[in-house]
Amino acid sequence: MITESDIEHIAELADIGISKDEVPEFTTQFNAILDYFEVLDTVEGESAPAAGTANVFREDEPRPGLSQDAALVNAGSTENGFIKAPRVM
Amino acid sequence: MKTIIGLEIHVQLATATKLFCGCSTDYRDDEPNTHCCPICLGLPGALPRLNRKAVEYGLKVAKALDMEVPEESEFARKNYFYPDLPKAYQITQYDKPLAVAGTVEIEDDEGHEKLVRITRVHLEEDPGRLVHVTGGSKYSLVDYNRSGIPLLEIVTEPDMRSPQEARRFLNKLRTVLEYLGVFDGDREGSLRVDANISLEGSERVEVKNISSYKGVEKALTFEVTRQKNLLRRGQKVTRETRHFMEGRGITTSARSKEEEHDYRYFPEPDLRPLRVADWVAAIDLPELPVARKNRFMAEYGISLNHARTLTGDPKLADFYEEVAEIDPVLAATWVADTLLGELNYRDMDIAAVPPGHIRELLGLLKTETITDAAGVQVLREMLDACARGSPCESPVAIMKREGLGKATGSEYAPIVQGVIAANPQAVEDYRAGKKGALNYLVGQVMKETRGRADPRELGRIVSECIDTDRV
Amino acid sequence: MAGTLDFSPDDRYNAFITTCREAPFSDGRLAGVAVAVKDNISTAGIETTCGSRILEGYVPPYDAHVVGLLRNAGAAIVGKTNMDEFGMGSTTETSAFGPTRNPVDQTRVPGGSSGGSAAAVAAGLVPMALGTDTGGSIRCPAAFCGVVGLKPTYGRVSRHGLIAYANSLEQIGPMARTVEDASRLMSVIANYDPHDSTMLDKPYNHRPIAEIAGLRVGVPEEYFGEGVDPRIAKTVRDAVGVLEDLGAGTVPVSIPGMRHALAAYYVICTSEASSNLARFDGVRYGPAVDTRKSWHEAYQDLRRELFGPEVRRRIMLGTFALSAGYAGRYYAKAQLARRNIQQDFERAFRKVDIVAGPTMPTVAFRLGEKTDPLSMYLSDILTVPANLAGIPAISVPCGRVDGLPVGLQLMGRPFEDERVVDAAFAYEQEVRA
Repeated sequence: MITESDIEHIAELADIGISKDEVPEFTTQFNAILDYFEVLDTVEGESAPAAGTANVFREDEPRPGLSQDAALVNAGSTENGFIKAPRVM
Repeated sequence: MKTIIGLEIHVQLATATKLFCGCSTDYRDDEPNTHCCPICLGLPGALPRLNRKAVEYGLKVAKALDMEVPEESEFARKNYFYPDLPKAYQITQYDKPLAVAGTVEIEDDEGHEKLVRITRVHLEEDPGRLVHVTGGSKYSLVDYNRSGIPLLEIVTEPDMRSPQEARRFLNKLRTVLEYLGVFDGDREGSLRVDANISLEGSERVEVKNISSYKGVEKALTFEVTRQKNLLRRGQKVTRETRHFMEGRGITTSARSKEEEHDYRYFPEPDLRPLRVADWVAAIDLPELPVARKNRFMAEYGISLNHARTLTGDPKLADFYEEVAEIDPVLAATWVADTLLGELNYRDMDIAAVPPGHIRELLGLLKTETITDAAGVQVLREMLDACARGSPCESPVAIMKREGLGKATGSEYAPIVQGVIAANPQAVEDYRAGKKGALNYLVGQVMKETRGRADPRELGRIVSECIDTDRV
Repeated sequence: MAGTLDFSPDDRYNAFITTCREAPFSDGRLAGVAVAVKDNISTAGIETTCGSRILEGYVPPYDAHVVGLLRNAGAAIVGKTNMDEFGMGSTTETSAFGPTRNPVDQTRVPGGSSGGSAAAVAAGLVPMALGTDTGGSIRCPAAFCGVVGLKPTYGRVSRHGLIAYANSLEQIGPMARTVEDASRLMSVIANYDPHDSTMLDKPYNHRPIAEIAGLRVGVPEEYFGEGVDPRIAKTVRDAVGVLEDLGAGTVPVSIPGMRHALAAYYVICTSEASSNLARFDGVRYGPAVDTRKSWHEAYQDLRRELFGPEVRRRIMLGTFALSAGYAGRYYAKAQLARRNIQQDFERAFRKVDIVAGPTMPTVAFRLGEKTDPLSMYLSDILTVPANLAGIPAISVPCGRVDGLPVGLQLMGRPFEDERVVDAAFAYEQEVRA
């Protein structure tokens, strides 16, 4: 049973931002979905080594990348070639 | 009270390209965001491609540290949100690292050999670089040139018992990495250290942000003192993360939420697993420091101390081997003691010194064409010119230009006469049996000949002169 | 042969987010053919939004590999099609740019998440389109709109440039009105790309052959049971009967892992999505984050404002499923369930060559009908197993119920996309005749 406070905590952990009035509905929906997920408790078996390919590599040879302009073109704001971001404490 | 120290070292591998894309790793001094592509910028839809050479370098280190390489290893995502992390996850290795269970031999504080266990090494990508803008408005500026640089993370068991041991361990590790050619120690920030330290019975403190390995001893020494003081005052050591402030030599509490991070690791679905255990046998390791040290002693007949010094830096060891032929013991003294001292004084690198010139200088010394004192002068002049960027004159040229060739007997016979005549008191003292007087007289002659006369020979000559000159 | 295609569609169904009015084309096997591309596939110089406001205005500086292949084949890329936001949905109703309407019945959904591509093809605006399929997102709209859609074997088509939702499950695939056109498009896009480390070098280059005598067709009981509209079950059984008439034999098979499939799918896809979508921080692309705020506050505010509720719900689910204390219960178990389903199919494919069943348990719902997330998820029950197992799966129209299209789903062994296409082609040619 997930509580509204759990939902708020998960939203914090995911840095996802939900508004106060969304919390009750999210909580109900979440619980319904997790109830459905309970069927996974009955899964049997042990994990096995991965099947499929392994050792997929690229050689250590430089390739042209993006120009500074192309790297910055979609950025919201830039300064002297740097990309601007909100401050971290 | 026992001190318990473990280290976590991040080494930038000296590959030509980043870990997951073909951007060049040679970004230092370049404008920001000029070594980027959709992959290392974290553009939507871009997929990582693993650099084979980074895996080879990682395995080389694993082999040199005597580690086990499991059958299968894989990459994982470490999820957290920070502006320097373009994908909001770092591709690293979590429960299936590249190699585990190795050792490094070091000297403990009593001079005995001990083993420091290496828990694991794994590959991961470096995040970008943040610049903090303070002042009126506060924000961050991000440069993604460093994003995606290959890192090898090396984790030790808490086997070190003092800050000095930690320093010795790091020196040893750094030397091994340089010998392997996987790491460029001259690049700023290419080796970063986090340390875990506790006093027996107390909580563990993590110290981050140690970017010079000299800082490690400083940071740990400060921590030991700080923790001991707390306990002495009857307080407890808090389990926390602290940052090392290099300039002030202290650690401060980080106050960040790093401890509470739930990174939600899961295997990286865009990359395939590694099965490289069978690569290890074919890896050729170069001669490692310990083996080279032993060979130097055996092959060149030099002392343990000289061998240790010379093999402490692979470039220095290479240099020595290029100049040793004429007289290995003479070369060892001159390179390990004299040259190294002069280089350190000038903050110069061995790479700036032409080996041919040193061979020539050693030749002059060996044939006694110049004295030791003159040799030092020649060396200094040569290094000064090299440091200035002027062409490095050869020792012979300097010797001739400065007239530093050994003074011949005919040259200084009159000088000896002159000094004897000018210092009757000293001559008296000498005749009276005061040995110091002879040294004084020899010194006077040396001054007159500007050091070009061999002091040992001079001693004999002056005393002969005086003895035969009995008046 | 080269030129520009003048593309001015009557887009009354809202199939397109962006249209390229003058689309250049050149020589090649698709010379001059108008192809629409789902808006989660990167197109250099053309806005790419994933149906989301958080990528509004984003113009990729590079082409997805498949887009490069389309260009090399001479195709005219005429527009970017509407989709559920980041692929999260089965109706195209979660798009930030309004829902797409089903051309067969405009009061109904076209299916999702590649609803725009399906509608563009069904309405005759383009002959071919690219969609993506993570849990049925090509096959569901193909079934609801009455067109052909193929989800290739995982690892057959490059994901380089596909804006990721669930990396271990999704593939780009062709949608068209005929099996032949779908196969033609597949032949262009299914070529090896070293940029995608999860790909195998097994190019697809195939002309469909309507020859299925001796083919063994598996019919799984789980695909015809409770939850599937009985009229759909009958329609699809009839379609399988047509295959029998053409010389195929049917064998009952069972996929016991089906009972865990949907839960496993939603745990895995939301977990991967929670990680994939974290990069949208408004710093390097998308509407700019507010740099006057502090980092976490700015990041959260941006995501609350610009991600729709379904996206935020799935990110939270995935975060929860991976979080400490729960990862063992959810993520680890889901991966086990996935492996069991793969093995169920491997077992079945020892007895049969393809597996047949309905694509969807119902016909297209009305717009706005499904408001409860869980009941929406349940509609994916028949499509997710192929994604979990990584096997090829095609949906081909096989009749109508209540005047609405029904899809016949055919699944095959890994890298036997050709066989699956042939069976669909044989069926299609037979019913047209």
